Parts: sequence; structure tokens; C-alpha cells
Amino acid sequence: MAGFGGGRLPAMGPAALLLFALCTVGTRGLYFHIGETEKRCFIEEIPDETMVIGNYRTQMWDKQKEVFLPSTPGLGMHVEVKDPDGKVVLSRQYGSEGRFTFTSHTPGDHQICLHSNSTRMALFAGGKLRVHLNIQVGEHANNYPEIAAKDKLTELQLRARQLLDQVEQIQKEQDYQRYREERFRLTSESTNQRVLWWSIAQTVILILTGIWQMRHLKSFFEAKKLV
Amino acid sequence: MARVITGGHYDVDCYVEDPLGNTIYRETKKQYDSFTYRAEVKGVYQFCFSNEFSTFSHKTVYFDFQVGDEPPILPDMGNRVTALTQMESACVTIHEALKTVIDSQTHYRLREAQDRARAEDLNSRVSYWSIGETIALFVVSFSQVMLLKSFFTEKRPINRPVHS
Repeated sequence: MAGFGGGRLPAMGPAALLLFALCTVGTRGLYFHIGETEKRCFIEEIPDETMVIGNYRTQMWDKQKEVFLPSTPGLGMHVEVKDPDGKVVLSRQYGSEGRFTFTSHTPGDHQICLHSNSTRMALFAGGKLRVHLNIQVGEHANNYPEIAAKDKLTELQLRARQLLDQVEQIQKEQDYQRYREERFRLTSESTNQRVLWWSIAQTVILILTGIWQMRHLKSFFEAKKLV
Repeated sequence: MARVITGGHYDVDCYVEDPLGNTIYRETKKQYDSFTYRAEVKGVYQFCFSNEFSTFSHKTVYFDFQVGDEPPILPDMGNRVTALTQMESACVTIHEALKTVIDSQTHYRLREAQDRARAEDLNSRVSYWSIGETIALFVVSFSQVMLLKSFFTEKRPINRPVHS
């Protein structure tokens, strides 16, 4: 199966590894290593009313055999999703394999954070956990064979449905783009205003300070009988 | 495809390694790049971004990768023996065109994100600098006056200011 990925990640200053964010990763997706108390965050920039499905699978590192065990029950991962305003949308504990879904109600950068909550890891795993991750956004989150079976669609109808979903996604993205442009415009106008008012204010302060200086020094020299 | 959204000079190092450890792709200080590769060896490929050359700027990097071709919409479609009907090939054409539209939207979204981040940064910097300058203005003018006054104020009674 093919995979398609895209996303944003924040980079920690001089550190080599940056956090990755994936839009859509197929079964041949990617994995990353996570330490015991480490938290990995992914940023997904999505428009309004978009569904996001995330699948993960964890594997524990076996110190003796020096290989990753195929699957380990008992390990848990805590998934936390924050919306662009910082409000927590989803905060749940899942097992060693999990699937989480959420729908965005605000357009913007959503942060999906994963961290392990298991304390046993240090004993057995040597502190390393491999997490396979797969995040699907919007139209890619739809499972077309399932939809075809549920609604009993022919192949042509299914293709039409796929095209409709794609067009809907494009429309949402355009709305989002309009919203962002508005924000950008407000920011630029605010900068413009600030530059204008601060320049005027600083010139006025400069003149007033100059006047104060001269008057103060004049009265000082008069008192000293120099003038 | 990778693009730096925020941070410093908007550049980052990137390298891709194949399962045998050979470096397939390595670029330093790139702002935006895309890379296509035909995999020879089966296994785990590694791609890494590095910000080690930067002293204090945090970076946000967008990346996007696609593995293989898109799967058919129904899983058993790979076994079809007849060619596609005209309607079906029209659907496929539209699907591909819409994918191009979505890609171009992503491209513009990233460019807009970069510009907006810079504009917001500028906005807050204008405030901080203006406040800082005003404070500096007050401090400098006040200390100028104090310093000048101190030249003409002697503690010892010997050196008295002389009338001109």
C-alpha cells in the first residue's frame, strides 16, 4: 500500500532531531523512537470541521535479544490533542496499539502529543520504545471500500464520491485560506498603526524632554550665577 | 519535499539514508527542496533534519513524503482485465487534477504561513523596540542633565566657578 505524508514539526535549537509532523501516512508509514518520559508532538494544520484519524503501534526493545519485540501488551500511550487556542480537544490513555479520532472545530495548528505512561519500560526496555505512527487527515481518512460496502455503491458511484470528498476538502482549505489572509491583514494593519503612533509619540517625547532639559539647566545655571 | 516555516534564516540541513547506511541525499542550509528517489533496497529508510549549525533559533519544518503509487480505490481493482470506461477514465483524470489542486493549495498555505509568521514577529518586535527606545530616551536625557550638573558642582570649595 502506498503512503503519503506531510506535516509540520518544531525543531529544538541545536538538537539534531526535529519533531516530525505527518499529514497522512499509509501502512508503509514511519516510526520513531521515544524515551520513557519523552513527549513527541506533531503539528497538523487543518481547516475547520476536518476529521483526523491517527493509528499507532508500539514495540518494546528487548535488551537481551537486542531486537524489537513484535507487540507488547501492557504498554500504554497517552495521547493529547490541543487545538490552535491551546484548549485540549482529546486527552486519553490507549493501549500498546491504539486509534484516535478527532474533528477540528477551529481552523489552524493542532498539536498531537504522544508520551508513554508506563514505568515498567526502564526495567525491560532499556528506555527505548519504537512507535509506528499513521495520521490521516480529511479526505485521506475515508475508507472507500467500507463506504462502498455500507452504502452499496458501484465503482463509478464510489469514484464520484471520492471526487466529491476531494472537492469538499479543497473548499474547506479555501475557506481556511480566507480566514488566514484576514488574520495576516489584521496583523499588518496593526503593525502599521503601531509604527505610526509610536513614531509620533517618540517625537513628542523627544521634544518635551529637550524642552525640559533646557529649562532645567537654565534654572540650574541661573542659580549658580553662571548665566 | 521539505520547507522551513519559521526560525532564523529559514534554512535547515537534511539527509536521507538507505537501509545499508549509504547517504542517498544530503543538502546543507536549504530553505526548500524536494527529492525523488527510486528505492533499490528493501528496508527502513531514514530521513533526518538537522539544526545543529544554529546557535539560538528554533525552527519549524514542514515535510511531505509519498511512498509508491496511490492504491486503487477498491482493493480488488488490481485484478481487472478490461480497460476503464470513458466515465471511469474521466473520473481518474479529475481525481489527478484535484490532487494537483490540493498540492498547490498546500504550497500556498506554507508560503502564507511563513509570511504570516514573519509579520506577527515584526508586529511584536515593533512594540518591544518602541517601549525600549522610549525608556532609553528618558534614561539618556535624565543622565545627560545629571552629568552636566555634576561638572558644575564641585565638592571642594577651592575651585569656584569663574564668571566669564
